[in-house]
Amino acid sequence: MEQAIARSQLSGSSIIAAIKQAQVRTVVALPDITTSAGLLWPLSRDEELRLIRVCKEDEGITICSALSYCDHRAIMSMQQTGLFDSLNAVRGIAVEYKHPVCMLVGLLGKEPGVPTEQSKKYSVRVVEPVLRAMEVDHLVIETDADIPKITTAINRAYEVSRPVVILFGTRVRP
Amino acid sequence: MMVRAQALAEIAKLRGDALVVAVYSSAFEWLEVSPHPLNFLAVGAMGQAATNALGFAIGLPDKRIIVLDGDGSLLMNLGTLVTIANVAPENLTHFVGYNGCYEANGEHPIPGRDVVSFAGFARSAGYKTVTEFRDVATMAQELPAFMEAPGPRFATLFVQPSIKPELDYALVHGEAARKRFAAGLAEDRARLAASR
Repeated sequence: MEQAIARSQLSGSSIIAAIKQAQVRTVVALPDITTSAGLLWPLSRDEELRLIRVCKEDEGITICSALSYCDHRAIMSMQQTGLFDSLNAVRGIAVEYKHPVCMLVGLLGKEPGVPTEQSKKYSVRVVEPVLRAMEVDHLVIETDADIPKITTAINRAYEVSRPVVILFGTRVRP
Repeated sequence: MMVRAQALAEIAKLRGDALVVAVYSSAFEWLEVSPHPLNFLAVGAMGQAATNALGFAIGLPDKRIIVLDGDGSLLMNLGTLVTIANVAPENLTHFVGYNGCYEANGEHPIPGRDVVSFAGFARSAGYKTVTEFRDVATMAQELPAFMEAPGPRFATLFVQPSIKPELDYALVHGEAARKRFAAGLAEDRARLAASR
């Protein structure tokens, strides 16, 4: 049973490796319970990455944007509730200013294996429609096989200078 | 109470090659007081100027970063004072122009006008150096030492509203302005790298 649960979760170490492979040096974050144990705590101990803890998610959007002017790759890690709270910064600073702001978003309440738009949870169901309406590129990471897509998505965001949201469909294991 | 342009002129005297992030009404006056390739006008999402400056301070640790914030703007993002103090960038100087109103949006009063202390907020958040300037003569006298004090440093500037009609926002933060800034920053970084 425990092995089955573990298999349904994402590998935090593989996600960190994917982030590093995309030349990311700074992670800006607010804690999210779906990624806390598997991603944020290990990140906080990783000497190759700088962790900036912020008080509110829109700060992370702005810090990543400013760092992009300095040829310094960064990502913002948060929960979908924080993404909703920071939509004006995403709109103004990431989309309208055409900055490569990369966001990792844990989907609290999402049922594993169920497409987000078929979720029983309103806060999960509306995420992708909102991102589509805002013309923000996004992808869902459901299994370990999806993790290499993280590197590709971050690289592409910087190549085309556009934001991207990477949604985690299941919990992240250490 | 100071005339804002006069207060900004004092900052401009000490600006050197600093990157300056400015917001709304301050931004328009700053462009006239201190035209420079490293002026970044932060009006894309209100409240984000200081956080923007923090990003630059992290990404450019050898560069002096100055933010000219507004009182209404900072009220939208007070948590950033804590974020900034926690990161503690030595190279960041944070000014907030306290005119008590949303000047660019009809001069409505800010909540807590004449009561809130931004210096108090900054001090409690953990900024290393905090002060207030209420008149230009004192500011001119004390500003050089303030700018050399341990950072991050914070100063409230008590200023009068001095809105100009028909502000052209595209001029300050349109795509062309952003490209000019990016080119100016790249040139500045190349010059610094060559001098090492």
